[in-house]
Amino acid sequence: MDWAKIIHDLFFDYTVRTVATGSTLLGIVSGVLGVFAMLRRQSLLGDTVSHAALPGVALAFLLLNSKAPLVLLLGAMTAGWLGMLALMAIVRNTRIKLDSAMALILSVFFGFGIVLLSYTQRLPDASQAGLNKFLFGQAATMLEADVITIGILGGIALLLVIVLWKEFKILSFDRDYAAGLGFPVGVLDILLTTLLVTAIVIGLQAVGVILMSAMVVAPAAAARQWSDRLWVIVVLSAGFGAFSGVSGVLISGTRTGLATGPTIVVIASTIALLSLLFAPNRGVIFTSFRDLKNKRTMRAETVIQSLYLLAKQHGDPQYPHAEAVLRTMSANPLSVKRSLKHLESNGLVANVHESRWALTAQGVLHVEKLVARRRFL
Amino acid sequence: MTDTLPMSAITVNDLTVAYKDQPVLWDVDLDIPAGTLVAIVGPNGAGKTTLLKSFLGLVRPAAGQVLIFNKPFSQQRRMLGYVPQRGSVDWDFPTSVADVVMMGRYGTLGWVRRPGSADRLKALKALEQVGMLEFAERQISQLSGGQQQRVFLARALVQEAQIYLMDEPFQGVDAVTERAIVEILRNLREGGKTVVVVHHDLQTIAEYFDWVALLNVRKIAAGPVAEVFTEEHLRRTYGGRLALFSDGKLNGSVLPEQLIELPEAIH
Repeated sequence: MDWAKIIHDLFFDYTVRTVATGSTLLGIVSGVLGVFAMLRRQSLLGDTVSHAALPGVALAFLLLNSKAPLVLLLGAMTAGWLGMLALMAIVRNTRIKLDSAMALILSVFFGFGIVLLSYTQRLPDASQAGLNKFLFGQAATMLEADVITIGILGGIALLLVIVLWKEFKILSFDRDYAAGLGFPVGVLDILLTTLLVTAIVIGLQAVGVILMSAMVVAPAAAARQWSDRLWVIVVLSAGFGAFSGVSGVLISGTRTGLATGPTIVVIASTIALLSLLFAPNRGVIFTSFRDLKNKRTMRAETVIQSLYLLAKQHGDPQYPHAEAVLRTMSANPLSVKRSLKHLESNGLVANVHESRWALTAQGVLHVEKLVARRRFL
Repeated sequence: MTDTLPMSAITVNDLTVAYKDQPVLWDVDLDIPAGTLVAIVGPNGAGKTTLLKSFLGLVRPAAGQVLIFNKPFSQQRRMLGYVPQRGSVDWDFPTSVADVVMMGRYGTLGWVRRPGSADRLKALKALEQVGMLEFAERQISQLSGGQQQRVFLARALVQEAQIYLMDEPFQGVDAVTERAIVEILRNLREGGKTVVVVHHDLQTIAEYFDWVALLNVRKIAAGPVAEVFTEEHLRRTYGGRLALFSDGKLNGSVLPEQLIELPEAIH
């Protein structure tokens, strides 16, 4: 891949610049609202919404005979919203649980959308051909009008998140308490959910209904790994979303001919995977390394305490004992040797001769401190 | 209103609340005097939490009304501080202890305005009151149950309310924390505040509270502990599930051995 060419195009090629701007915007918006969806346990709802939006796109086109981005997006939004309402009605009024209801709405709406899409395909008018891009996304078809639509809708969504930051934060953390303070949580709920729907539909053209939910889930999940501050997570998630959007679009759009949606999703998922593995504090590798270290310290502490107890019986805390004795006292006889080596490297025990070990003066102090602390607890 | 009569902090008239066709509270009348420490007592499903939420306007009553200092609660929200059950939130939420406490200021701040340094100072003061000052910058997922409870208490304190509503603040906290919380409740009462607590431990009612409301969907009794916390009332509140007292007396001094909860099966 010719990076210099790509970067050059990014700034000077009209098409590439348009497409990159649009995908950056949609990455930012879905990244930001994805964090709130994640915190409110609504990530999967995004999947239902995006699939449910498909018949809206097709119907808007069929009824209004227009392919203007705003018309199609409003169609998508309406259908996504209807899907959400149907979902809530099912959960509230029947014994069907949320997961089954989501699967139901998703497949019914999506199925209906595909039927409508195949119907438009057979129309004599040639202008319907573009609707297929809503399945897997086709960023290369993004025009300036699309980017402006994305910019306006996304801009409003971001502005509302900034202005109502404190309200959305308390709503996500403790809904009842927010209501007790006098905030209209029902209205805020609807507003935040509407913003999520907006974030999803503005991405449909570029990413496609099938995979758009990944843009809501993956950047947020990745960002959560790196911080415990809400605003840091939101900024990171926006960054991850923008990066996945831009790079996915550039890779797919320029000349490879890859579908944009899947390419973006592969990148976003890779970021999420790397974050799950390598993030400090929360990452898998960090936590297992910490667990291992804790285990080693625990084992070493039991060994050094045994040594201390044995020596005490001889009236001399530095009286040496054989490794075999320590092994019989240990729950993990095989690890005793390793523990002794570990303690030796910290200067707490010394190998007196052969396999006999004794505490050093520093080791005695260490154990006494340990015992004192245990007693206090 | 004359000076000799204590003002009522919360007045409940004919309150009925139902979830679907199941009544949770039935025709409850209650008149909680200002400046008292009040316990709401009753078995599981008696509607204690619902009663508390109806004070806050969080549940819509099927009938009846709640008045806060003789006005509808919608005009009196600033008067009410709330401590929900600890288990009602996700403690892995990405925020710090000080941030959570500052949420208590959000009601006073109103829309859009962000908490400033004055709010932060109040939050830190409240954290000091509950003995959690050194945890201010800690991520909330690192707290123990008792510490979480104290954080919620601090959050209610910064609301600077007249009435505090607390849903099981002693649940799952150790003896030291329980003492500390009781101390704070008493301080609030000394400051003229009214504190209403959903409470489960019948043994400590007489020691901690001035006033008690016994509830089981209907109001069984309400009044000063010495008058209404009787065997007869408890029996009616808990049905056949409580085997009580050999001597039939408990005015103010129930010993642990005297209260034995029988298994549900017998009921």
